[in-house]
Amino acid sequence: MLALLALSVLVLAACSNDDNGGGGSTGASAGGASGGGNLTVGVSWNNFNEPRWANFDEPAIQEALKGCDAKYISTDAGSSAEQQLADVENLISQGANAIIILAQDGEAILPAVQSALDQGIPVIAYDRLIENPDSLYVTFDNVEIGRLQAESILEAVPKGNYVFIKGNSADANADFLRSGQEEVLKEATDSGDIKNVGETYTDNWDPAIAQTEMEQFLTDNNNNVDAVLAENDGMAGGVVAALEAQGLAGSVAVSGQDGDVAGLNRVALGTQYVDVWKDARELGKAAGESACSMAQGTALQDVANTQPFDSPGGNQMTSIFLTPQAITQDNLDVVLDAGWITQDDLCQGVDPGTVDACG
Amino acid sequence: MAETKVSAAEREPEAQAAPEERGKGSLRELFRSAEVDTRLLSLLGALAIIWILFQIITPGHTFLTPRNIWNLSVQTAVVAIMATGMVLIIVTRNIDLSVGAVMAAVGMAMAIVQHDWLPKWIGFDHPLTWVIALAVGLVLGAAIGAFQGTIVAYVGVPSFIVTLGGFLVWRGVAWWMASGQTIAPMDTLFRNLGGGSTGTVGGTWSWILGVAACVGIVMLQFTKRRQRNRYGFRQRPMWAELAIGVIACGAVLLLVGFLNRYYLPPALATQTGHEGENISLGLAYPVLIAIGVGIVMTFIATRRRFGRSVYAIGGNPEAAELAGIKTRRTIVKTFTLMGVLVGLAAAVQIARLNAAVSGLGTGMELNVIAAAVIGGTSFAGGIGTIVGALLGALIMQSLVSGMVLMGIEAPLQDIVVGIVLVLAVTLDTIVRRKAAK
Repeated sequence: MLALLALSVLVLAACSNDDNGGGGSTGASAGGASGGGNLTVGVSWNNFNEPRWANFDEPAIQEALKGCDAKYISTDAGSSAEQQLADVENLISQGANAIIILAQDGEAILPAVQSALDQGIPVIAYDRLIENPDSLYVTFDNVEIGRLQAESILEAVPKGNYVFIKGNSADANADFLRSGQEEVLKEATDSGDIKNVGETYTDNWDPAIAQTEMEQFLTDNNNNVDAVLAENDGMAGGVVAALEAQGLAGSVAVSGQDGDVAGLNRVALGTQYVDVWKDARELGKAAGESACSMAQGTALQDVANTQPFDSPGGNQMTSIFLTPQAITQDNLDVVLDAGWITQDDLCQGVDPGTVDACG
Repeated sequence: MAETKVSAAEREPEAQAAPEERGKGSLRELFRSAEVDTRLLSLLGALAIIWILFQIITPGHTFLTPRNIWNLSVQTAVVAIMATGMVLIIVTRNIDLSVGAVMAAVGMAMAIVQHDWLPKWIGFDHPLTWVIALAVGLVLGAAIGAFQGTIVAYVGVPSFIVTLGGFLVWRGVAWWMASGQTIAPMDTLFRNLGGGSTGTVGGTWSWILGVAACVGIVMLQFTKRRQRNRYGFRQRPMWAELAIGVIACGAVLLLVGFLNRYYLPPALATQTGHEGENISLGLAYPVLIAIGVGIVMTFIATRRRFGRSVYAIGGNPEAAELAGIKTRRTIVKTFTLMGVLVGLAAAVQIARLNAAVSGLGTGMELNVIAAAVIGGTSFAGGIGTIVGALLGALIMQSLVSGMVLMGIEAPLQDIVVGIVLVLAVTLDTIVRRKAAK
């Protein structure tokens, strides 16, 4: 164990030496604009413990960085906002010319972001908002995801009792999603067609907690629940498990997002009605390309495909919004054709002949 | 010291030594002469107050319905199973911060075995799949526990550090095993471990088990009286013996009867061709597992040499060592036992969720420790009961379930649970200090 520790320290030391060596020259180029090659782009992940980052986002970013010959370096903060502060500083000292940050906490990261910007290093807020108007915000439109979830569910269940299983209360996305849902549902709620019979945040987006919450809502309403707007696939899994215990899986419409293998499989099985799919590779590509162009000296307002966005914190942000896609049983071929999921995984347990995409 | 130890063996000398002038209150006098464990009684009292309060304030008064209590029993099982092991760990003045992470790693392993490996060899939904998967989980849990315990006991690294390391390591391992993917669904038979509509013993068996528990209680009382007679100890007054027997038996049967009024959900009844019939689900497997674990662990803690050693080490490690107790081996055993229980709890959790995720059991270690502590386990060592931990888990889950029913948001729930935790230990400390004077 001790030997292992010593070894990893040595390896780390060797790495950082390397990067510092290169950092001198690249740091200068960041200050003095332009110059192809010899670029370094740093990515600070908040938590590699989620499947999509390693499988889709990271390769897509690396691929895009090849377009400008930039070197890819990264850190993982392991869900710690404090650690991420240090990580960003570390990327700066390694000579990154642009930094992509998937923020654990969009507020706590601000000092490190400011420090990078002060040194002329552009910052890209990846997927999660960072409240600094000088950073570029690249994301799937979370409000749009909420809208898509609600539109699909509303189409399936135009009248009835709705339950809302929201994500972590400290994550702004949970509220973005909910506000998108509310936009769509407002009319039906006001007219009384839709009744909100239960709504709660879920610590850590934890599926097991979502399951307990759903059990309690079903108990509270004596099973009179017609639709559940779960904000992601993990929690949708917990919700469906609770519904199954009451024999209601399949007859209650459930939403989700992320395009998890298990989530899409549930859509094929019919126990989850809609899964909003964000092609993470598009996101990685957009961030990688922007990082390239900004590292080469393109000013924030000149980056391609941006649009203004008024953040909840009152900042006028420059943003790239990508459009998510709602996946139901009718268009499962989209995820298959994109190579996102194999047919075996998608169709496990599905009776032959019931779903088009499964044959 | 003896005052606070609650195991039966400890209580006899205390009862003899207790001077009459202590405890003037007539109620306390009554309890003392009846030899009722007041700490256990106060936990039950707290539970009753919480339940009644929630019944009054929840909209629709849904808390004390058979369905909600049934839910509550299943929701409590996972933490309850692990809390029994945590008691012994804390009693020996150690701590295990890794249980949530180990749960994720072991749960992920069990999921991979039944989802990816076994189907290749013996096909999908083979009747043996669940046995093999569960065995893998228990063995793996034991191995991890023994490994961590060995470092604690034989190398002398503080358990806080070793299990803090484990907290990071096993969570990472859980992620690494499936690159963070969710593994679902689980084997059909395996899922019964998690309760659900098929994971129950049914109404008739629930009654049989209830009656068996009753017979067990009476037999225990009978054996105890005979034992005391043999060694010439003072007997509990006959009226108290009868009262306790009747109350305990009555409570068990009442609970079984109440839970049996939770019927197969109408939608499922229709699907299985029992439309309109009231079919009792009865006790769920995870609940029976938790109760079974509670009984076995109580037996181990109070009636076996290993259990006595655990409490002796907790009371005074040096004295225990000098008295010839193999302290190191005992500590490794407590961690191994904890690992087995984590494996069992992980099986229940993934079966219930019908999926294994690498974030499984995040923050669970704190719930488990809190359950043990609310149940009267002391960090000073040497003190703590299995029953107390089970009740502690039930109290915590009651609070959370009730607050969800009331529509209270998660952050506020955390505040309430945190306050209750500190309050419980504060009260306990005050009472203990008074008793010591």
